[in-house]
Amino acid sequence: MAKITLKNLSHSYLTKQNNDSDWALRGVDIDWKDGGAYALLGPSGCGKTTLLNIISGLLKPTEGEVLFDDKDVTTLNPVERDIAQIFQFPVIYDTMTVYDNLAFPLKNRGLSETEIDSKVKEIGEMLELTSTLNNKASGLTADGKQKISLGRGLVRSDVNVIMFDEPLTVIDPHLKWVLRSKLKELHQKINRTMIYVTHDQIEALTFADQVVVMHEGQIVQTGTPVELFEKPKHTFVGHFIGSPGMNILPCEIKNGQINFEGKVLPTNTSIKKSNFNKTQVGIRPEFINFSNDGIAVKVKRVNDTGRHKVIDTECNSGSIKILASPSTQIPSGSVHITFDQKYTYAYGDNWIIE
Amino acid sequence: MSKVKWLVPTIYIVFLMLPIYWLLNMSFKTTTEIINVYSLWPQDFTLDNYKTIFTDSTWYMGYVNSITYTVFNTIISVSAALPAAYAFSRYKFLGDKHLFFWLLTNRMAPPAVFALPFFQFYSSVNLFDTHIAIALSHCLFNIPLAVWILEGFMSAVPKELDETAYVDGYSFGRFFFKIFIPTIAAGIGITMFFCFMFSWVELLLAKTLTATIAKPIAAIMTRTSSTSGYELGLLAAAGSLTIIPGAVVIYFVRNYIAKGFAMGRV
Amino acid sequence: MMNKTLNQKAWLFVIPVFVLVAFNAAVPLMTVVNYSFQETFGSNVFAWEGTRWFKEILHSERFHASLGRQIIFTFIILLIQLPLGIGIALTMPKKGWGVPVCLILMSMPLLIPWNVVGAMWNIFALPDIGFLGHSLNSIGFDYNFTQQSGDAWFTTILMDVWHWTSLVVLLSYAGLNSIQPAYYQAAEIDGASRWDIFRYIELPKMKKVLTLAILLRFMDSFMIYTEPFVLTGGGPGNATNFLSLDLVKMALGQFDLGPAAAMSLIYFLIVLLICWVFYSIMMKDEGRT
Repeated sequence: MAKITLKNLSHSYLTKQNNDSDWALRGVDIDWKDGGAYALLGPSGCGKTTLLNIISGLLKPTEGEVLFDDKDVTTLNPVERDIAQIFQFPVIYDTMTVYDNLAFPLKNRGLSETEIDSKVKEIGEMLELTSTLNNKASGLTADGKQKISLGRGLVRSDVNVIMFDEPLTVIDPHLKWVLRSKLKELHQKINRTMIYVTHDQIEALTFADQVVVMHEGQIVQTGTPVELFEKPKHTFVGHFIGSPGMNILPCEIKNGQINFEGKVLPTNTSIKKSNFNKTQVGIRPEFINFSNDGIAVKVKRVNDTGRHKVIDTECNSGSIKILASPSTQIPSGSVHITFDQKYTYAYGDNWIIE
Repeated sequence: MSKVKWLVPTIYIVFLMLPIYWLLNMSFKTTTEIINVYSLWPQDFTLDNYKTIFTDSTWYMGYVNSITYTVFNTIISVSAALPAAYAFSRYKFLGDKHLFFWLLTNRMAPPAVFALPFFQFYSSVNLFDTHIAIALSHCLFNIPLAVWILEGFMSAVPKELDETAYVDGYSFGRFFFKIFIPTIAAGIGITMFFCFMFSWVELLLAKTLTATIAKPIAAIMTRTSSTSGYELGLLAAAGSLTIIPGAVVIYFVRNYIAKGFAMGRV
Repeated sequence: MMNKTLNQKAWLFVIPVFVLVAFNAAVPLMTVVNYSFQETFGSNVFAWEGTRWFKEILHSERFHASLGRQIIFTFIILLIQLPLGIGIALTMPKKGWGVPVCLILMSMPLLIPWNVVGAMWNIFALPDIGFLGHSLNSIGFDYNFTQQSGDAWFTTILMDVWHWTSLVVLLSYAGLNSIQPAYYQAAEIDGASRWDIFRYIELPKMKKVLTLAILLRFMDSFMIYTEPFVLTGGGPGNATNFLSLDLVKMALGQFDLGPAAAMSLIYFLIVLLICWVFYSIMMKDEGRT
């Protein structure tokens, strides 16, 4: 188990970089404590796999340092860092049995037969693979094979951190939930640092204590799922998290106040700066209410999903989605809405103004 | 470690280039020099051998003949194979698996077995000593190969493409030529490469089925070497020239070679 | 996996191929079968001989000898070319300018007309004026492939290795390249040795291309004709008289059509049988049979 620190990490796959887009990672700083469950969340191409591979040692960063327990491991290879990694598709040794697959990393580290046997049986039971231990690994289903991959990481007691690179990609949807719960359960049982990379917000939010949201090579926000939901620090976090995502619309900042649709919107955050190229206001659909006066919008459509109602509305600045409980009466035609002051935020050039 | 790794392919390539170099070496020497002097490069550099080949019609016609029937064969093989490969890829029909296997067995047929029967057969239909005879006889090996490779590439294209085209109103003909073929262009390129290759290098049937008119360069060379006078320099020049078409073709498909072999269907 | 629809009309698509191949295969085959059961007196007069030719061939010492030589030759070829080809493929670069250079240069032997290959090696190996011949003799070996059987075998095998190993290399290389990097990464994390990686990851994943390589090399070496013909003519004496060479000598040289035809059929049957075995193994893996 180890505390992981990333200092000013930047990486480019090109030998020369001319502009920002040539960098896969830019200036990443992270401080993760021992034994936590962390998620790296972001869309494809945002740099999360790059970051994962740098932490595990499969990739050497162009700039910056990686520290395990304050020890610089930037130049060490994966074996020396004592990490385990599970990939997007099951990586197993087809010609070996499940037992031999699990025993393999231990054999290479010179453990005795008895030690190996007890460890393999222990992990086999934890992962519910005991009945298949003597079967050929290639004969298992996709989720079974992923469990073997996971098992090979768990058998080693010296593992500092276990990394998951979108491990549920090839798993059937109805089994995804089972495996996700299993992973959470495992984390609580063995208490090792786990880093989970995904583009699926549900996976990230259910698995992790702390989520790191990435966008175009940078970390845009780190926080608990609740923090990310209630106060997105970047417009990307706003619309990536939540379903439907945050409403983000153009506005004007005058005298430290948000001017939207001709009205001043009250907010709890203090807006000190105002010289931005782009200013926007953000509010989640959950925090909008109907009222007698406020912003004028036209109701375009109401989608009843059973659990709640999603209302599409239009105003001059754009469309606004509203989430309401199933029992809410929705006036038709032209209505007025207000934003909950506590959750109204101003964004300048995509970053929150506070 | 990586330094040592480079050594292996390098040594192998040097090994491969040695006999070719020696051939080139010989081709620039006179026959007298070859027999009397052993040297690693021509002491008395001469282009006479090549001059002879380019000016003597018995020689250069050999190349023309070889290229002619190779091109004929490639066109015939690929054209016939395209619809067949499509059928194997998209449809199930009576005897399809057996037919496919039977086709492959022909690729595995020993040419020696067919030498005499082909000789008699093509003579009897008055096609002896024609380019088309060789082109057709090579179909025995090249068509199965073409079907095999094309089917592999076609199967990688999902059937949804076909179905979308029909929904969009394309007739089969238009779909096949305007949509499908461009999609598998790399596969067709590779197939043509392999057909060309096998037809170009094959000697036994080409020699058996020709006398003078359509005689391939390969046969002309053997005739020369078996007569007395052993014109080694000339022979070497002729041989060197046969390497060129192959090198040219390979250069053109160099980007597809790996892909083609990756289909595992050579 | 393609979801194929049942459609008997697909036969229409297959007809050109069927005709062209059957034409080339069935007709000659019929001729051969015809000859194998009869005796021809040279002027198209036939007399039924039943299975006489088959029995004669199967008992002939000459056939046994050439078959034996053929089997030994093919065995040695496979023994050398397969490990060598795989080994070279393992050391080839996967990225960079070296890749096309390697591929192009290694493919060259495959594109040279087979008789030129034989002629090239003939010149190359001549004891006094060939590079190989001269070099070997000057080091102290008594080397003459035109007169000594051992040397003839050595040269023929070396020539075939030169000619065809690249096929194995290219196939293996393609197979290796299709292995996703994650497997190597996982192996590195597991602490696997280079040999482990080869044995547990690379070799199993190359199974399909290797089966194909073995099949092709087996078939082609079993049917080899032109190169040894040009190189040694089958000699010295009968030393390198492999199956195809012997067959052609009998059919086109001596015009012993009956025995030649019988031998052809037996030859073909052997090839078919082995082909069927390999095909079944290959198709079983693809889940088609």
